[in-house]
Amino acid sequence: PSVFIADMADEALFQFLHNEVIQYVNSAESGETENGRCVSKLENMGFRVGQGLIERFTKDTARFKDELDIMKFICKDFWTCVFKKQIDNLRTNHQGIYVLQDNKFRLLTQLSTGKQYLEHAPKYLAFTCGLVRGGLSNLGVKSIVTAEVSVMPACKFQVMIQKM
Amino acid sequence: MAVCVAVIAKENYPLYIRSVPSQSELKFHYTVHTSLDVVEEKISTAGKAMAEQRELYLGLLYPTEDYKVYGYVTNSKVKFVIVVDSSNTSLRDNEIRSMFRKLHNSFTDVMCNPFYNPGDPIQSRAFDSMVSAMMVQSS
Repeated sequence: PSVFIADMADEALFQFLHNEVIQYVNSAESGETENGRCVSKLENMGFRVGQGLIERFTKDTARFKDELDIMKFICKDFWTCVFKKQIDNLRTNHQGIYVLQDNKFRLLTQLSTGKQYLEHAPKYLAFTCGLVRGGLSNLGVKSIVTAEVSVMPACKFQVMIQKM
Repeated sequence: MAVCVAVIAKENYPLYIRSVPSQSELKFHYTVHTSLDVVEEKISTAGKAMAEQRELYLGLLYPTEDYKVYGYVTNSKVKFVIVVDSSNTSLRDNEIRSMFRKLHNSFTDVMCNPFYNPGDPIQSRAFDSMVSAMMVQSS
């Protein structure tokens, strides 16, 4: 029981901090373009964090075989380390596009369970998009990561690998 | 004990290079540079080999007359190169492995330091002292 509480406290801390960061960045931006700039700031933050995190997480793992191996790592180990659960579904067209589906995305569960607050979702997904992009970048994979939500708290992250 | 320790970025430029002052620094830079070819070769052939080849530690890259060069590549494609004196026969494989482990741990700490911008030269004092401890002390 006490271990369970510690785990929950761990996660809650990150979630609360994440939400505060979003409010902070949001209030710092004003004007028409506020939503766009807010989202890019959050994404860039996620990018730098992703770079550092991936260095730590891959310190003791074996070398990755290929791109798919890396994506599987993101879906399983990386997602579990950060969100305490795995990605529910990974799809790819084997040509550099991957769709990661999380049916109960941890950072959205507190917002709503339907369509309420849908218009605010992009801000809550930006950091995580950056996280994935930063992690991939440090593994030598250049990508563009976007996210979409139609019904909370399920969401899809789309990773487009950029051939260099 | 190393005579030269280097950290090379994935784009193959040095992030950190330290050698014992008694020797010509340029010679070590050159040795590290040539070892990069061997590193590339080892990691590209590893793709076709068995799972055991997927270790981060690459082992002895090549011996020269005076030195032995060892390599290690992280999953983030950062390379560590350690050069030791050939005459130092007492240095065992697992000692080299533990040196690389220390390098990797310290490097991970550097990556997570908010004041460090990935791709910049490493200027962390903590990293410096970890490397000093593994280099040959010259009097």
